[in-house]
Amino acid sequence: MSKDMMAAFELYQPDSVDGAIELLREAGDSGWALAGGNDSLDWFKDRVKRPGTIVDLSGLDELKGVRELPDGGIEIGALTTLTDVENDALIRERYSLLADAAGRVASPQIRNVGTLGGNLCQDTRCWYYRYGVDCYRAGGDSCYADSPQGQNREHCLWGADRCVAVSPSDTAPAMVALDARMVVRNADGDREVAAEDFFIGPDIDIERMTILEPGEILTAVRLPAEWAGARFYFEKVADRNVWDFALVSIAAAMVVNGDTIDRIRIAAGAVECVPRRLSAVENAATGQPKNAATAQVAGQAAIRGATPLNFNHFKIPLLQNLVTRAIRDA
Amino acid sequence: MSDKHETQGMYPEPAFDRGGDGGDGAAAPIASLRASRRQFIKGVIASGAAVSGAGVLIGCSGGDGGASAGGVERMIRLMVNGVERTVDVLPNETLAMTLRYKLNLTGTKLGCDRGECGACTVLIDDVASYGCSMLTHSIRAKAITTIEGLEGADGSLHAVQQAMIDELGPQCGFCTPGQVMSAVALLRSNPNPTRDQVRMALSGNLCRCGAYDNYTNAVMRAAQNAAQNI
Repeated sequence: MSKDMMAAFELYQPDSVDGAIELLREAGDSGWALAGGNDSLDWFKDRVKRPGTIVDLSGLDELKGVRELPDGGIEIGALTTLTDVENDALIRERYSLLADAAGRVASPQIRNVGTLGGNLCQDTRCWYYRYGVDCYRAGGDSCYADSPQGQNREHCLWGADRCVAVSPSDTAPAMVALDARMVVRNADGDREVAAEDFFIGPDIDIERMTILEPGEILTAVRLPAEWAGARFYFEKVADRNVWDFALVSIAAAMVVNGDTIDRIRIAAGAVECVPRRLSAVENAATGQPKNAATAQVAGQAAIRGATPLNFNHFKIPLLQNLVTRAIRDA
Repeated sequence: MSDKHETQGMYPEPAFDRGGDGGDGAAAPIASLRASRRQFIKGVIASGAAVSGAGVLIGCSGGDGGASAGGVERMIRLMVNGVERTVDVLPNETLAMTLRYKLNLTGTKLGCDRGECGACTVLIDDVASYGCSMLTHSIRAKAITTIEGLEGADGSLHAVQQAMIDELGPQCGFCTPGQVMSAVALLRSNPNPTRDQVRMALSGNLCRCGAYDNYTNAVMRAAQNAAQNI
């Protein structure tokens, strides 16, 4: 079967966020919010997802751009392109961690069109799932990746619960490290959710990766003043520097006073279904001198409890090294 | 060899297995013309049977892809290479399909159709973008530039195109239109790039011949000859 032509759908192009929410609410489970389209169109071409109603958000200018908040933080509209996030002067000045992460997504053309919200809300890359098999995440009753012959080099070290897929987003770990607030709007209005709570694992809901329900849109993210201008470290390791998703990524924010690490938040991507906040590393590093010895201890703390699958043991030393570098070089 | 290449770049088989729009009946006459599908497509478009013909070919007839009440209008105006074109666009149609199969602008190539190769790169308001990965309806209000829109009114080549020839940039040439569009986007925003900046700007375009250095040389030369047209 050829898979190139997308199945037919109804396309709506609302001119307000509330209009979009109303359309998505009416469409229910058959609705799909479309931003940049880079991930969505692949799903449709492969016929794995066949929504009946597409709500194209790309015309909603109110969800684009970067605004300064009164408290010194900033708010980034969810439809701001990754290129704009990467190059925005305010983001680069105060939260270069996020600019660096956005600049490592996929390829230039994808960053030019792809949005911050889309990058955060994209679905997992487990190829069994994306191929359209009836795995747990697709509503079935098995996991093809976590089987004796399953190819799971890219899969998780933590949080397996029937499904072993990982969060593919490069910007999501940065959001957790920056303690971002996600602004979610539905018919009842806006609410703020901590980045850490926005992403959910299979133990909470195996068929989605964020808390978003039908009829809800991520409209913006707010970065708190608390971490503005902190010392940052972002690194993504992938098979190729362009296009590929992370094998492991690390995002760290820290405030250093003299030689001492006063505060630190650090998160890893592609090791769990959610960006994994490394609380053990934070505990090991807080109040410690920022030096090689602390970095080494922090690296060891990062991998405690990691449970590899058949083909992803390499992620454990990789994560350890990235954490060590982050503490040492931030 | 070259035939095979062309076939890979087109939509290979999508139309022929689709039920619901008489695909079976249409398959035989189309299959007999596969030796020169490009001529066939152009012929269909020129004959005025564009909607039904292209519909079968790319797997969607007017019947199953139409917008319902409340959805988008299908007849839309697009600004392509400085000319306003009126086109019948399905809701589920990508820009690359519209350009190739509705507007006959076949310089925009389709390689992977998944945003992974860059052969479909076009400029949307001067920004390099994958034509395969956006709905045509999403960019109605914007200016589209394809490889056909680069040459001057007198037929002279764009500085990047000329430099590609001078530096023997392409080998097989299939990815070249996309590479050129990425380079033009770069030079419009950064007329004096470093070699690394050129590499970065072309990093979203695959070349299976591996002619990356030649492409980079060509873009550096185009920047040096920059006075014209950029």
